[in-house]
Amino acid sequence: MNYLYFPGCSLKGTGRAYEDSILSVFKGLQLPLEELDDWNCCGATSYMAISEMKAFALSARNLALAEKQAHSRENFGLVTPCAACYLVLVKTQKYLQEFPDIGDKIKTALKSANLEYGGKVRVRHPLDVLANDFGTEKLASFVKKPLKGLKVACYYGCQIVRPYAEFDDQHNPTTMNRIMHALGARTIDWALKTRCCGGSLTGTIQEVGMRLSYILLREASRLGADVVATACPLCQFNLECYQKQMSREFEDAISIPVVYFSQLVGFAMGLPAKELGMQRLFVPFKFNPAAESVKGGIHVHS
Amino acid sequence: MSTPENKTNGTPRIGVYVCHCGINIAAKVNVAECVEFARSLPYVTVAREYKFICSDPGQELIQQDIRDGKIDRVVVASCSPLMHEATFRKATLAGGQNPFFFQMANIREHVSWVTFDKEMATLKAKALIAGAVMRVARHKPLEKTRVPVNPDVLIVGGGIAGIHAALTIADSGKKVYLVEKEPTIGGHMAKFDKTFPTLDCAACILTPKMSAVRSHPNIILWSYSEVSQVDGYVGNFKVKVRRKPRYVDEELCVGCYECIEKCIFKKAKFEDEFNIGLSQRKPIYIPFPQATPLVALIDPETCTEFRTGKCKKTCVDACERKAIDFQQKEEIKEIDVGAIILATGFKIFDATRIPRYGYGKYPNVFTSLEIERLVNASGPTGGEVRLKDGGKPNSVGIIHCVGSRDINTNRYCSRLCCMASLKLAHLIKERTGAEVYNFYIDIRAAGKGYEEFYDKLLKEGVHFIRGRVAEVSDWTMTADEEGKLVIRAEDTLIGVVRRIPVDMVVLAVGLEPSADADNIRRMFNISCSYEGWFLERHPKLAPVSTFTDGISLAGACQGPKDIPDSVAQAGAAAAEALALIDKGFVELEPNTAFVQDEFCSGCCTCVALCPYSAISFSADNNRASVNGALCKGCGTCVAACPSGALQQNLFTDEQIFEEIRGVMNYV
Repeated sequence: MNYLYFPGCSLKGTGRAYEDSILSVFKGLQLPLEELDDWNCCGATSYMAISEMKAFALSARNLALAEKQAHSRENFGLVTPCAACYLVLVKTQKYLQEFPDIGDKIKTALKSANLEYGGKVRVRHPLDVLANDFGTEKLASFVKKPLKGLKVACYYGCQIVRPYAEFDDQHNPTTMNRIMHALGARTIDWALKTRCCGGSLTGTIQEVGMRLSYILLREASRLGADVVATACPLCQFNLECYQKQMSREFEDAISIPVVYFSQLVGFAMGLPAKELGMQRLFVPFKFNPAAESVKGGIHVHS
Repeated sequence: MSTPENKTNGTPRIGVYVCHCGINIAAKVNVAECVEFARSLPYVTVAREYKFICSDPGQELIQQDIRDGKIDRVVVASCSPLMHEATFRKATLAGGQNPFFFQMANIREHVSWVTFDKEMATLKAKALIAGAVMRVARHKPLEKTRVPVNPDVLIVGGGIAGIHAALTIADSGKKVYLVEKEPTIGGHMAKFDKTFPTLDCAACILTPKMSAVRSHPNIILWSYSEVSQVDGYVGNFKVKVRRKPRYVDEELCVGCYECIEKCIFKKAKFEDEFNIGLSQRKPIYIPFPQATPLVALIDPETCTEFRTGKCKKTCVDACERKAIDFQQKEEIKEIDVGAIILATGFKIFDATRIPRYGYGKYPNVFTSLEIERLVNASGPTGGEVRLKDGGKPNSVGIIHCVGSRDINTNRYCSRLCCMASLKLAHLIKERTGAEVYNFYIDIRAAGKGYEEFYDKLLKEGVHFIRGRVAEVSDWTMTADEEGKLVIRAEDTLIGVVRRIPVDMVVLAVGLEPSADADNIRRMFNISCSYEGWFLERHPKLAPVSTFTDGISLAGACQGPKDIPDSVAQAGAAAAEALALIDKGFVELEPNTAFVQDEFCSGCCTCVALCPYSAISFSADNNRASVNGALCKGCGTCVAACPSGALQQNLFTDEQIFEEIRGVMNYV
């Protein structure tokens, strides 16, 4: 399997820690990741809400570029860590296949930029790649500092599994849990793994957005989680950055680290904290391995 | 083509009658123009229009024209033959002509209802009329044949519908075969404690009927059996029934329970199907105390003797009547019946298909059918409503429309869940004193005494929250919600989202066609609706019969139905079967295939293709021949015959080509 990498805007901005940790982890696992040349905005949220066709055009340009850059490589994936980018690329792929009228318009748009797209790109989320291509057993063999004793709240957010469930169950996804188990961590069984984090409401109608984030953090804390692991830059931002305001607003002292799942993977692999962007966290993640020494994290228990 | 001849009167004289059908046809088709056009066609001697030709005066027009000697063949341009072909054939006959000197042009379903443009509609109507005229000119007089009807009836399914139909027919002195796939009859109703809206005990009203079935001299009850093959036709069906082995002789067993007591399994440990897994049974068991027949059976999947062959077989020693027979084999019974009633029932919606309601995830989320067992005095808890840990619930939420009125699962309303939920709400409150919350979209209480029952519940203090539930989960917002199941729903009457913490959730699951409905409909050659319910011949005027003559429907196999409706339909189905039997004969349509001996080369292509095994081959004269009683007139053999030796009455090559010529040549 060959992987191209589509970062999108967040991973170069607020989600730097996500990019740092994804690149370090893939490197550590000897999975070559090659950034897509000349990529542009994925077409997510605002575009999709205002003009679908423009969103498809932007997204299709990235897909066309990826196909071109992959040359004749068989079997390659476009790894897309940001959940919003992931969704819009997957959606574009589906719409181009299912609706010929949209496909024709996009074809014309691409042609004006001397591009064409043959539909060969497979858009992949890194959760999918790590759990299903690389495999959790193999991943466990790379673990140097097992997360023994750590209780993780795996939070998937909405966009990775809905509306398209490409690699996991729509209502009860488990891929991240399997990865955490491979690292030796425990995961909490909670009902909110895919519940809304507040999305862009945190920036527009803050009281509504913040309340939604608070519900998640309250429940994770109540069930004894030490850390919330995310797979989306917006989720991570919403859950992490407003904790002080939330504590005031809801009169409930909320303080729980919110990290990218890839940061925990890198941490367990023993990669230096700086290469994982750990210094960028507002609520620092601290973990002291359990007293007894443990060899390799083992993926058991669901 | 030869000039058509009327054997009696020389050249055909055709009457064309164009119907307005009120404005159904007249609003789109220029009827007067069609009549004018019909007058210009060959052989047409009379052309008329009329508002409703199917009415008595309309039919009289046709009959009078025949009697006056103006016409000897009839074309009616109106609706579909399915609707009125029989009506006009009868009118033709009443006028004194062979009823097959009639042809219909469908200018309603095929023209006015489906065409926007009036000119195009009129053009198409004319073409169809011309086709019908040219065709009917080539019709030949045909006779229907009569065959006797076998007076026995098969009823498939022993729920309340099948039971009621069986007793009705048997009481009239006719013989009934009642086939039930489960070990006992009684169906879903046998699982209920009380019935709405009267709250009378289901067992008290059902079990007497069950034992009446068992003891009725005219009913042969085959439980634990399934129909495996159906051949023949109305009045003369040939049916094979597969009787599954119970490993206990039905004639010898008296249902004394001794074998069950003495089974080597001291404790019951296998899932009890009758109690939907809420209790356990042994490998040898009787489904419930009033099971009919009251005969034990052995489940070979769990029985040690079947699994290892090394059981002490304490059950055999315990049975004084020597009824246990490990060697029992499946048996195939062949029966001949004249009429069939399908009463195969429904299955409940699988609640795990809506994961957000937590069924299968949270132990205290139940389906309504499970609660029916819990409130039942002979159920697993003796009628006490208990949580999975044995505790008593202080608050219970009932969620309506689970798997109904939902574009993601089933769009239709399951009709009885509102009333069943109200009944359960009443019973739960009565037994536990818990606060009961009903989450509903609309309360559908259309039935005798139903609205009054709803009113009674409102007065009893049961809570009603109007809104479709978003989720059932265990995440909390406040301390009161700790350890509870929280039902989240928008209360659309006050316009806010509410969170109601409860101890127990009941999902009022909808009804779906039974799992084997598709196999059944193929076997009996009937149709089903989009959702899979068996299709009635007409939704209003023939809601009991099917498109296959001699087969009628009863109960929820045709669509969701409560007990009164199922019983009413079962009575109607019984009446249909009895009407057929009492008539004593059926008339077979003459549109059968026949072999023109001089062209048959004896290749036998047709023999293998006939789906009704109606064609046989005689080596003596090297010719095929068609049995008219078995032929359904499907035309497969006619199309396949390489030498054109097979022809079909009413569909001869000449008739079809002339019809095409008529459609093509005159407009």
